[in-house]
Amino acid sequence: MQLRVPVRGPAALKVLAAAGAAAAPVQLVWGGPSEPPRAPLRPPWAPALELDSGTVLFSPNAICQFFFLTRGDEPTDLSNQWLEWEATELQPAATAALYARLVLGRTALEAAQGLGKLLTHIEQSLARRGAAFLAGDTPSVADVVVWGTLFPILQDENSLPSELQALRTWFQSMTLLEACRDAADSVLMPKALLEFKSYLQKQPPPCLAMQRATSNEPEEEEGSERALTEEEIAAAADAWARGAAALPKPWQPQKPVLPVEGMRNVLITSALPYVNNVPHLGNIIGCVLSADTFARYCRLRNWNTLYVCGTDEYGTATETKAVEEGLTPQEICNKYHTIHADIYRWFDISFDCFGRTTTPSQTTIAQDIFQRLLARGFLLQDTVEQLRCEGCQRFLADRFVEGTCPFCSYEEARGDQCDKCGKLINAVELKNPQCKLCRGVPTVKPTQHLFLDLPKLEERLEAWLEQSWATGDWTANARYITRSWIRDGLKPRCITRDLKWGTPVPLDGFRDKVFYVWFDAPIGYLSITANYTDQWERWWKNPQQVELYNFMAKDNVPFHSVIFPCSLLGADDNYTLVNHLIATEYLNYEDGKFSKSRGVGVFGDMAKDTGIPADIWRFYLLYLRPEGQDSAFSWSDLMLKNNSELLNNLGNFINRAGMFVCKFFGGTVPNMVLTPDDKRLLARVTLELRQYHQLLEKVRIREALRCILSISRHGNQYIQVNEPWKRIKGDEKDRQHAGTVTGVAVNMASLLAVMLQPYMPSVSLAIQGQLCIPPDSFVLSHDFTCTLPPGHRVGTVSPLFQKLENDRVEALRRRFGGGQAKQTPSASQPPPAPETLMAPIDSQRLQELTQEVARQGNHVRQLKANKAEKAQIDMEVAKLLELKKQLALAEGKSPEVSVPKGKQKK
Amino acid sequence: MAARPGPGVGELVLLEKLLGLPKGSKYGVQGERKIPVLQTNSGPGLTGIMTIAAYLVKQAKKEQLLGSTAEEKAVVQQWLEYRVTQVDGSSSKEDTRIILKDLNIHLEDKVYLAGNVFTLADILMYYGLHHIMVDLTVQEKEKYLNVSRWFNHIQHYPGVRQHLSNVVFIKNRLYTNAH
Repeated sequence: MQLRVPVRGPAALKVLAAAGAAAAPVQLVWGGPSEPPRAPLRPPWAPALELDSGTVLFSPNAICQFFFLTRGDEPTDLSNQWLEWEATELQPAATAALYARLVLGRTALEAAQGLGKLLTHIEQSLARRGAAFLAGDTPSVADVVVWGTLFPILQDENSLPSELQALRTWFQSMTLLEACRDAADSVLMPKALLEFKSYLQKQPPPCLAMQRATSNEPEEEEGSERALTEEEIAAAADAWARGAAALPKPWQPQKPVLPVEGMRNVLITSALPYVNNVPHLGNIIGCVLSADTFARYCRLRNWNTLYVCGTDEYGTATETKAVEEGLTPQEICNKYHTIHADIYRWFDISFDCFGRTTTPSQTTIAQDIFQRLLARGFLLQDTVEQLRCEGCQRFLADRFVEGTCPFCSYEEARGDQCDKCGKLINAVELKNPQCKLCRGVPTVKPTQHLFLDLPKLEERLEAWLEQSWATGDWTANARYITRSWIRDGLKPRCITRDLKWGTPVPLDGFRDKVFYVWFDAPIGYLSITANYTDQWERWWKNPQQVELYNFMAKDNVPFHSVIFPCSLLGADDNYTLVNHLIATEYLNYEDGKFSKSRGVGVFGDMAKDTGIPADIWRFYLLYLRPEGQDSAFSWSDLMLKNNSELLNNLGNFINRAGMFVCKFFGGTVPNMVLTPDDKRLLARVTLELRQYHQLLEKVRIREALRCILSISRHGNQYIQVNEPWKRIKGDEKDRQHAGTVTGVAVNMASLLAVMLQPYMPSVSLAIQGQLCIPPDSFVLSHDFTCTLPPGHRVGTVSPLFQKLENDRVEALRRRFGGGQAKQTPSASQPPPAPETLMAPIDSQRLQELTQEVARQGNHVRQLKANKAEKAQIDMEVAKLLELKKQLALAEGKSPEVSVPKGKQKK
Repeated sequence: MAARPGPGVGELVLLEKLLGLPKGSKYGVQGERKIPVLQTNSGPGLTGIMTIAAYLVKQAKKEQLLGSTAEEKAVVQQWLEYRVTQVDGSSSKEDTRIILKDLNIHLEDKVYLAGNVFTLADILMYYGLHHIMVDLTVQEKEKYLNVSRWFNHIQHYPGVRQHLSNVVFIKNRLYTNAH
């Protein structure tokens, strides 16, 4: 058997002593690989015993036990008890004591005092039993194990307080044992202790089990803070001292932004919002805002970044909308494109270009891809059974049909996809199909269509996916959805549609058809870029130099991970394919879904009307970004986060830091003389900053925001503990310390301004203005450096955030509540009071009405499901609307809110 | 939030039942960490889970649970110690992750913690990990596949689980590629 001892430390001491005592035939290996094969992770200095059977023992106590067992010494209850006590009680305390002795330079006596109660425990046990050794009259495994842990701290019995007489005697006789003496000689020469010290320095300082138990009292959710090592603290102080000169120069790309050789070139797209609707908060956080935050982060990292997006304008939905509003499709697009652009401008989305899909470039590029696919044999022609509405004299595209989902029996499934189960549907498979325009029943007729031959492309797709997944960051849901798509087997997919509003198909026999919107829409990324720069191919046909990030909500994944890549792989023109596919889950509103038709939720154009600044919206949406799981927007939570995180934490810290400079130091950053505590804080901030980078590099936007808030929390604590406002009135030393604390704090505020920029650009700009942060410091590195040196002058400091009052938030909740509030009245959440108190709310009446509405709603659905006569349904729907109106009145709301327009004809 | 039932007396009572020992042992606790103490007829009693558990096994004359050879005995000792130091000492998610990773590597080629024999180490590790395993997501259970297999095996071992909740493991993997 082989005993591997990587480092000469306390653990080595006891195993060697035990091996010696048992005269075990071991082959000793010093140093070498610190981790024997298949042994679980242990501290790097832990010795390992490799037995001939291949078993590896990694616990020093178990190794000692093994040696004594081979000698024939069976463990007793008492020796077991000592071993357990040593492992759980003595060892943690001893490690801390050894750290105090070697790293902090305490004397042996002081270190021994740290072990206080534990040494007394040994003393009492020995005295009470009157035996010479811990578990009897002869040395046992218990003695070796306890002695081995104590010896490096005490070295000799004289370090022990004299009143511990029995312990002193025992310790002395142990040290005189031949096996122990030999082990000590080979392990603990002074040089070895130094070697061990360097290991200890790389570890966080150990904390005592007893201390840990008390500090855990108010149990921290995310576990206790990681302790800092001496090395980290020293490195943070060095980085700080290097100052702003150490920062890279902020990169200012030429316009238009084009890939640059030798730089990291990041191309970011956000799923193109469909033009016919106003986006709601869920849409905004799902793609444009998430992508914007990441794009801003990339720019601050000096990565050459292009962020493109635009409205997706072709397709049936636009046509239906145009019919609804009595406009031409183009007029609809123009109208809504402006609405979208305005909303995103208000949210401060930093598109490099926000285009649209109804442009000549779109036609050129889409037709080119089509021709290439055709030439390479990736298109199939087939006759399709399609629904035709004789009343409207047309074949009905998917979105012109509604019916019952064949998978989950949801009654309002669209012809292409079911909103409930999310499955894609072939329109002819719908049960009880209805023409969306005239409500007539369509019939199935044959027609010719073109298909993308996905099975033929499957092999290429899988090879590419494997490579993209190995090297890129795909969110778990994106991988999962893609995998399940491929597992279900790829089938040819129709790319043409019987519509007018779309990119025309350039092939005889199909001239009256257009491209299916999902063949067409992702090509919008390319055509929008082409409208931005005629050198668009340097982004889109350049996978060697460009890294592509696609942002979207999870319902968009298959189109970006399977269908669009297949088009591009088949067209075979060296296209840039997605490297990182970032998909969010869904954002709910209060307890339900956003619904335009029911007037539930906040929509992009209304956010502005709330009077709450765009940056607060950005902050809150990013704070609850549905990363990994669905999340829910809630008004009271918005208020809470604004008032606690922004106002009391972040805003408070930055404001105080700036105010101290103005009030105590005449607006000039004072001299700083860093104490070990200040350096510790620098290291703590550095740790958070690195964490922030690590998370954002993996596009974990929501989690990275927590790092910013942690830094300001540390900052607040730092100010609170050091009380510069008191010290400034003290003696020379106190005043100097007040200066240091103020200087460090204002530099933290400066760092926060940069870190915050991707999340809250206007607030970041405001801080930059108030503190006069030089533009050259507006760049992110991995170190926290002093960017506002002594002598730097700050400007006028004023509060950054405003408190949100309960009344105002309640009023907003009522305004945007839609049907939500009345569907879930509960004891804990009383229905909101009306603003003008005409009559007191009768809560019983409310409850009755709520139940009636629910009952009537079910009744209507039932009738529809059973294909009842239209007249009967209409009558019941009218009743339902009347009930809803009464309910709204009873709640003190204007009844218009709950009578949705556009659904009345139903 | 209800504090989880800490390691200690509770599981020793479960162990007694599993071993078929008569009820009626008197337990106390000691110190802030509530270390169990067993009152015995002779002497000041026994302190600590490992110590008491080994004592109970010997009382029940099921010494094979402590290992038969020197090697097995040392391995059992090692994992009992791991249980009371690492598992019971874990306070953060990161600690838990390391433990599951450790165990997953160790169990890669083993049926039980000590190799091919069921021992006290399996029993106490099962009791100590139960509160962690119930909270794992499907994905995590699949990530620590060897731990999941072992844990499922132990919870079905006659007499072990008793009133503790059954942790469900899905047979078909949901996340096939562990990217």
